[in-house]
Formats: sequence, C-alpha cells, structure tokens
Amino acid sequence: MKKKFITALLCAAMTASMLAGCGNSGGGNDQKADSNQGEDANAGDDANADAGDDADADADAGDDAAGASGDENTLTVWCWDPKFNIYAMEEAGKVYQADHPEFNVNVVETPWDDVQKKLTTAATGGAMDTLPDIMLVQDNAFQKNVISFPEAFTDLTDSGIDFTQFGEAKTAYSVVDGKNYGVPFDNGAVVACYRTDILQEAGFTLDDFTDITWDEYLEKGKVVLEKTGKPLLSCQSTESDVIMMMLQSCGASLFDDEGKPAMVGNESLKKVMETYQQLVETGVCKLVNSWDEYVQTLTTETVAGTINGCWIMASIQSAEDQSGKWGLTNMPSLVGVEGATNYSNNGGSSWAITSNCKNVELAKDFLKSTFAGSVELYETILPSSGALATYLPAGDSAVYAEPSEFYGGDAVFKKITEYASKCPSNNTGVYYYEGRDAIATAIQNVVGGSDIDAELEIAQSTVEGLMDQ
Amino acid sequence: MSQANEPKKKKMSLSKRQNLTGWAFLTPATLMIAAMSFWPMIQAFILSFQKGKANDLRFGGIDNYVRMFKDKVFMTSLGNTFFYLIIQVPIMLILALILAQMLNNKNLRCKGLFRTAIFLPCATSLVSYAIIFRSLFGVDGFINSILIKLGILDTGYNFLGNAGSAKAVIIIALIWRWTGYNMVFYLSGLQNIEYSVYEAAKIDGASPLQTFFKITVPLLKPTILLTAIMSTNGTLQLFDESYNLTKGGPSNSTITMSHYIYNVSFKYVPNFGYAAAMSFLIFILVAILAFIQMKVGDKRD
Repeated sequence: MKKKFITALLCAAMTASMLAGCGNSGGGNDQKADSNQGEDANAGDDANADAGDDADADADAGDDAAGASGDENTLTVWCWDPKFNIYAMEEAGKVYQADHPEFNVNVVETPWDDVQKKLTTAATGGAMDTLPDIMLVQDNAFQKNVISFPEAFTDLTDSGIDFTQFGEAKTAYSVVDGKNYGVPFDNGAVVACYRTDILQEAGFTLDDFTDITWDEYLEKGKVVLEKTGKPLLSCQSTESDVIMMMLQSCGASLFDDEGKPAMVGNESLKKVMETYQQLVETGVCKLVNSWDEYVQTLTTETVAGTINGCWIMASIQSAEDQSGKWGLTNMPSLVGVEGATNYSNNGGSSWAITSNCKNVELAKDFLKSTFAGSVELYETILPSSGALATYLPAGDSAVYAEPSEFYGGDAVFKKITEYASKCPSNNTGVYYYEGRDAIATAIQNVVGGSDIDAELEIAQSTVEGLMDQ
Repeated sequence: MSQANEPKKKKMSLSKRQNLTGWAFLTPATLMIAAMSFWPMIQAFILSFQKGKANDLRFGGIDNYVRMFKDKVFMTSLGNTFFYLIIQVPIMLILALILAQMLNNKNLRCKGLFRTAIFLPCATSLVSYAIIFRSLFGVDGFINSILIKLGILDTGYNFLGNAGSAKAVIIIALIWRWTGYNMVFYLSGLQNIEYSVYEAAKIDGASPLQTFFKITVPLLKPTILLTAIMSTNGTLQLFDESYNLTKGGPSNSTITMSHYIYNVSFKYVPNFGYAAAMSFLIFILVAILAFIQMKVGDKRD
C-alpha cells in the first residue's frame, strides 16, 4: 500500500515537472496558447504549472500574456531594463492612455540576449506568431536582424513619424535600404567622466580635459598616474568598445560604403590602434577582464575617469558616496585624422514593430505620439531613469537644463544632448559584431606586442571568411 | 489431436501477446527519441550542406566542411578544445579514482560528509560557478589578494588576461566542477567489488599500490570506460566555461568549438548551415573518440 502511494506520488511529481519543464522552455508558445484558451485543452494545465515559475511574467501580463496580443487595444512589448526602458515604455503607455483610455501596454521583461534568440528562433522556425507587437532592438544589431529576417519587421517609413527630429547618426542605425524600421530610443552619446578631486590632486581641472586630443590626454594621464597612482581609464581587454568609440569619433568604420571590410590600409583605424596601444603601454588605461571588474574600478576609486556611452552614468551614480566628485565632459579627439571630433556613440537601442503585430496602425500611432512626439514623456522619464532622449525637441525642455548634484551641479543632460547632435554618423554594417570581435582579437595581440598591420590583415581575412556565405 | 493442439496455440498467442506488450511499452520512448533526437540530427545534417544568411538558404555541397578548415578561429577553437581534453580529462579521472578509493575505505569516519562535500560542486549551476571563478581569478580577485598577502606577488597577476593562465584557470574550474561527478561513478563501481578479494590480496601480502593496480583498476574498467567516454563527450561540447569565464579571450585563446558555433548562429549574422556543419564535426569526433576508447578499453574478446 505504502509503495503504491509512493509510486503514485512519484508519477505525479514527474508529470508536474514535465509540464513545468515544457512551460518554461516554450515560454512564448504556451503563453500564446493561453490567449487562445478553449482551443487547447492543455492550456489550463500549462498555466498552472507555469504559475510558480513564471509568476512575474504572469503577474505583469494579467489575463493575456506575451506573444502579440490579439486584443485591439493592447500592445505587447519586449524590453529588458526595469529601471530604464521598461519604465520608459510603461510611462509612454500612461501618456498615450490619457487620450486613449482603452489603451493598454503589456511589457514583458526580456533580456536582450533572449530577445535576439527568440527573434532568431521565431524567424527561422517560421513561428512569427510568438513575437510581440513591439520590441526593443540594440542599435548595433538592428541592421543585421532586418537584413537577416526582413519578414519579421514592419516598414515605418510612411508611418507619419518625423525621423528628422532625431539625431542623424542615431536614426541611421535602424535604416536599411533607405527604409526606416525603428523609432530611435535611448542615447549612447559618448561622455568622458572624470573624478574632479583626483584631477585636482594632480593639478588639473575638468577644463583641462575638455576639447582635448588623445595626445594631450596621454600626457596628462601620465601626470595623473605619477601623482596619484591612478589610471585615467579602464576597459575590458576582450572587448573593443574604446576602439569603436574612437573610430566613430572621426566618422570612420571597419567597413566601406558597400559593406565590405576595410581594415587593411584604414589609416584612421591604424591611428586608433596605435593610440590604444600607447594608452595601455603607459598604464594610463588599465585593462580588466569583465564588465563587473570594469564597473568596480569606477565605484572603488581605482581609476580617475572613464569614457563610455552616457548610459554608464547609471553605474557611476550607483556609488552614492561619490556624489559631487565627478565631472562630465566630451571625449578626446584623434590627432592627424581627417574629420576627427570630440563626439562619438556607443550603444543605444531603438523600438521596432514586428510583422506579427495585428494592429499596426495602433502601434505606429502609439510610437508616433509618445517616443517620437511627446516631450512630456521624456521629461517624466529623465530624472529617475536618466533615459536621455535622442528626440531632439526634448533637449530644449527645462528639465534637461536642470543641474545635477552628482556631477558638481553641471547641467549634464543638456550637455549630452548637445554631444549627441554633434556625433558623426558611420556605417556599422551588417557584420558589425564579426568586425568588432576580430578587432578585439587583433588589439589584444597588438597590446601583447604584435605588429598592427599584420594583425589587421588577419582580422580582415577573419571577417571576410565569416561574410562568405 | 485437437486437444493437444490447443494448449500449444494458446502458448503461442501468449508469447505473442507478451511480445506485443513489450513493444507497446517500447514504442512511445522509441518514437519520442526518433522524433526529438534522430529527426533533428538528420535535419541538421541536411542543413550542414546549405549556405546563406538565416532563412535564405541554398544548396552549397561540402563548402561548409571545406570552409571549416580554412577558418582560423574555428581551428583555434578546435585546438583549444583538444588541449582541454588532453590535459583535463586524465587529471580529473585519476583524481576521481584516487578520491573514490580513499572514500571507499571501510574505517574512514564521516564518509557521508566527505562524499557530499566532493560531490557538491556538481550541484552548482554552470553559469554561476563560472562567474565565481572569474571573480576569484580577477586582477583584484581573491586569489591575487592571497598571493599578494603571502608576498608571492607584488601586484595582481592578470590570470584571465594571459593565454596560458586563462587556459589553466578553465582547467582548474573544470576539475573542481566535474571530479565529484566522476567519483560517484567510481564509488558505485567499487561497491560492487567483493571485499573478500581485497582480503585475499592482503593475506597474499599485496601492497596497497599493488591492490590498486592489480585489482581495483581492472575490475573498474567498465566504469572507467564509461566515465572516459562521458568526459570526452562533455569536453568536446564545452560551452559555459568559455562563454562565461573568459568570454573566449584573450584573443580567442580559450574559445571552445561550441562557443564559436554559438557566435556564428546568434551573435553574428546567422549562418546556420555553417554552424550545423561544425556541430556535425563535433559529432563525428565524439563518435571516433568513443570508438577508439571502446576498442582500447574493452578487451573482453
């Protein structure tokens, strides 16, 4: 009797775990099943098994979970940061609700890596119905995805959205063959943040680091290192963020206008690599291995500054005890390179409407009247999330001119909006990540003592190999 | 006659029925394996002969397979994977065997505690342990702090920033994570060896070393074979450590084949045909290595 009972219990446990297993892995799928209840007798069971594990998703979603919502007035959105883009999307929903009380936005928290994998799986598996109505796409991956999966995106060129009201370089990320596929969202304008107290110790002020060249940066960096023992910059050795920022600051790219790799004989790139090599050699730039270590160097006062997309400010500001000790200015410019500026871009993302959206007109109108038309929205989200607009009219708003305590009372947001408008546009190309990785490999070897030209040739042939499809 | 026939007929139908019952039990599992495992394998094999971006595929013959051998990054990843295999698997298996032998000692106290302690790493998530190792071996990490405090180093050594030490860290991590797992197999194998065999050896005056090599190892051979094949298989498919611990760096010196396949399918412009071809190479390598190990290890005939 006892045995039988245990057997029954085990069977029940196994069945439950199997159901739960299915529920987890198939996320999008069975959530779709939920919205089509009645059709699928299993839907109820799945939902139950899900309830424990996916409590968050269910709670957010209410009655109709992810996958494009069939409901006329609800849009399902995928984005990833609760303090940043999710918050922004929810606020946008409220703004739109003011005029359209029926409207609902259903945000499903989906990390970028998952968005990419789900999109790839949906598009290659022909299961477009698992996609949401709107999703947030990393700018650097935008073109790659539109070109790989054109059938997953909706053309927004004639949607009535005025794309001229966004920074030109920013909009360019989501344009393929002259067609707009995305509404620009957050800003990746490059800022250089310095610890003003450490600079002072070395006899410098923030002005000494404004509108400078990399040569001056290097010289002053040596002085700072000597007097305070702190490097000016830290970066991840396996990533090429700094290289890519320097490259874009003079409008150059790893690819030519036809999208072919142009690394060999690329004078700008060579200059960038030389500059980087010097930074590392002199110790002005400290190399670390992971993102956590990088952020740690900022929060534990190991370095005197950093250069990155303005979203790095959230990480800097996490060290609340350093409030007032930081200052913000533009990045150094390259020496002897045509078109060199003190402005660049790193990261950022744009909203895309998927082809699975059942209510394209609503989605277009929603984006048009919020992210591409509501200064009010950007005013709401700026103070608490630091979500800087690429929507230029928002930059004129009074909120943007407010001084920031953390950065010594400077109106940093106004500054960044200005930097964004001056950032040169460059061609990221479809094979951005291939190029980026190849350059990261090359620069690590260069730092280790290899010849730049030889490494660039290897990088070029690696990328060419990957492009040969 | 008819009476004699009847029982025979009944017997036939009984065995038939038993047979049918047997098949009925087997069918669901067989169908599931065929549908979930073999069918995708066949699909992947077909895919490996196709070229093109994402969905836009066309037949490309053996281009993908030729391309693999020209691809420097893939060749690096192949070399790295075999490096891990050749260094890590023997160390790990020998260590597991020694630990199992020690824990099998009848007079040892707190056996359960030691067994659990050594097996426990196996229960940690692959991602979290990789991240913990990454922070342990960071420039300002725990290991460097200890070495500096002990006066062995002046400044932190960048373990993950140098090719040789980064590989070593991955191997140490792998050994930490998987030794206990293999030890459990050996322990269960050791339980099946009669204690009287050891007693007899002792009476004959065999040293502990002799008992180990002349009794334990030969009797454990099937288990050793099993663990060797499983570890080889696992190492060739290594992904989490490369992806989370070192990100494949510095300059691809720790990237594994699976990590590169992931990059080609998800990080880069998706090229599933090429990714499938590379996966098939791993499949073939696993098959060849398992076959060699079976031939070497199994001397029953």
